[in-house]
Amino acid sequence: MRRPYAIQELRGLYAIWYRELLVFMREPSRLVGSIIQPLLWLVIFGTGLGSIIEPGAVSGANYQQFLFPGILVMTILFGSLYYGLYIILDKRIDFLKEVLVAPLHKSTMFFGKALGGSTDGLLQIGMLLILGQLFFGIHLTVASTVLTLFVVTLLLLGVTSLGLMIGSLMESPEGFGLISSFVIFPLFFLSGALFPLSNLPLWLKNIVVLNPVSYAVDALRTILLGITNYGLPFDLLVLLSFTVCTVSAGTWAFSRLKL
Amino acid sequence: MALIEIKHLTKKFGDFTAVNDVSLEIREGEIFGLLGPNGAGKTTTLSILGTLLPPTSGTAIIDGHDVAMHPTRVRRSIGFVFQDPSSDDLLTGRENLYLHAVMYGVPWKEIQSRIDESLRLVDLTDRQHVRMRKYSGGMRRRLELARGFLHKPKIMFLDEPTLGLDPQGRENLWHYIKKLSKENHITIILTTHYMEEADVLCDRVGIIDQGKIITLDTPANLKQSMGGDVVTIETKNAQISALEQKPYLQHLTYTNDLLRLTVDDVSAHLQEILSLAGTATHIEFHAPTLHDVYMRLTGKRLRDAAGDAEGGWMTRMIHSGTR
Repeated sequence: MRRPYAIQELRGLYAIWYRELLVFMREPSRLVGSIIQPLLWLVIFGTGLGSIIEPGAVSGANYQQFLFPGILVMTILFGSLYYGLYIILDKRIDFLKEVLVAPLHKSTMFFGKALGGSTDGLLQIGMLLILGQLFFGIHLTVASTVLTLFVVTLLLLGVTSLGLMIGSLMESPEGFGLISSFVIFPLFFLSGALFPLSNLPLWLKNIVVLNPVSYAVDALRTILLGITNYGLPFDLLVLLSFTVCTVSAGTWAFSRLKL
Repeated sequence: MALIEIKHLTKKFGDFTAVNDVSLEIREGEIFGLLGPNGAGKTTTLSILGTLLPPTSGTAIIDGHDVAMHPTRVRRSIGFVFQDPSSDDLLTGRENLYLHAVMYGVPWKEIQSRIDESLRLVDLTDRQHVRMRKYSGGMRRRLELARGFLHKPKIMFLDEPTLGLDPQGRENLWHYIKKLSKENHITIILTTHYMEEADVLCDRVGIIDQGKIITLDTPANLKQSMGGDVVTIETKNAQISALEQKPYLQHLTYTNDLLRLTVDDVSAHLQEILSLAGTATHIEFHAPTLHDVYMRLTGKRLRDAAGDAEGGWMTRMIHSGTR
């Protein structure tokens, strides 16, 4: 009953991905809850800060529009990285063992998990995009929607893999807080998600340039609002490299995971 | 030929030797038990056989495949039921089984009928669409048993299968394990620290202590090796030398005012034993159990050595609160 190796791995990939999706869809409250925070940022922070910023001061858009791509990136960063970190809890409980003892390659298991987490994120982003179109002055076309989803998927895969990597290497969930202080917040604040880069002091600008997440923000802002710093091709190149790196590093970390 | 051949298997974690030069053969179709206290190396041994841990040295060949060289092939031949819950609380029993079937390469056309068959085997057909969160500990174990069987492995590993179950749930699960073994001809290797479980369920039992198998035989032979009934008397002034001369006495220890004897046919000699035991404050006697075998060989009580065995279920409670 031996079947081709690749087909078996693809089935495994499907099973692991499908499990993540089933779990996510099982509690619709989670899906709704997961977009409340970004909406609060857009409505309250966006309106509040927007009220003291002259219209057009942020590259011709109003502040809420300007903020929108940044909030998409924030949703991805926080959601996906924590998704990856949950692997620590899975390690303590035995959910993970059931997968680890399956006749599948470790990279299949890793990629299935990363895909699962990315799909969860994609559903959230999809809802935010619809709300953006309806209430936040975002104008989607077929082309810009496709491009947006492509960028979002790249970033989701990259960040989920980063989370899974850190989670695979960490021993206990107590380090969660540390990770958000030292990884998520710096990546977020130093990405230009909340403010334009044009008037920043040089030292801050230089740090932002080194942050791969900045290019995701820039790419989305280019696609959705036509505001760009680095140009879309360069954004995509950096983002693609980032994702390839974290997926590889994550696969490596996961394959040496000890229970 | 033996279905599983283990030769000089050793596993070290730093300076600590968890499994120490274990060699054994397991035959097709038998239920084999590894009996010993927590920390004796049972789970580590099982994890190596299940390819979850690499051995430090030695070999284990399962159904013709070496666990260290061809883990993926080994995994196709085995089903594993873990000590701690390993199914998804948020999913239904049937969904958990479906995901397992897909991962283990059960042919698409057979998946649904195999799931039905497995559910029938453990009598969970009527609970299949209930989320696992609402399952009792015993039902969860039964479902995980069915899941381990879903891809029709030749061999199943059960790590402390009845840990955390009440006596009724335990006996209930024994019934299903036996059924699985007899009706489907699956070779089963289980670990346990419950001596009655090893006794009732297993065809052969290996007693393991500090990483070593100290004795291995059928439960009946192991008990017979004690040489008679076990008598325990609490007394301060037993006449040891007189007792030791009695021909029916097989074995004697006397520590902390506790006199332990192994005697041929205790009922025939009880009067005489009591007369030589001094002022006895308490007496107990029974036919030998595996517990007595363990105690004779290690000088320890299985229960004392076992410690807190329910830890795994605590982690599950922590988990359901966090996700």
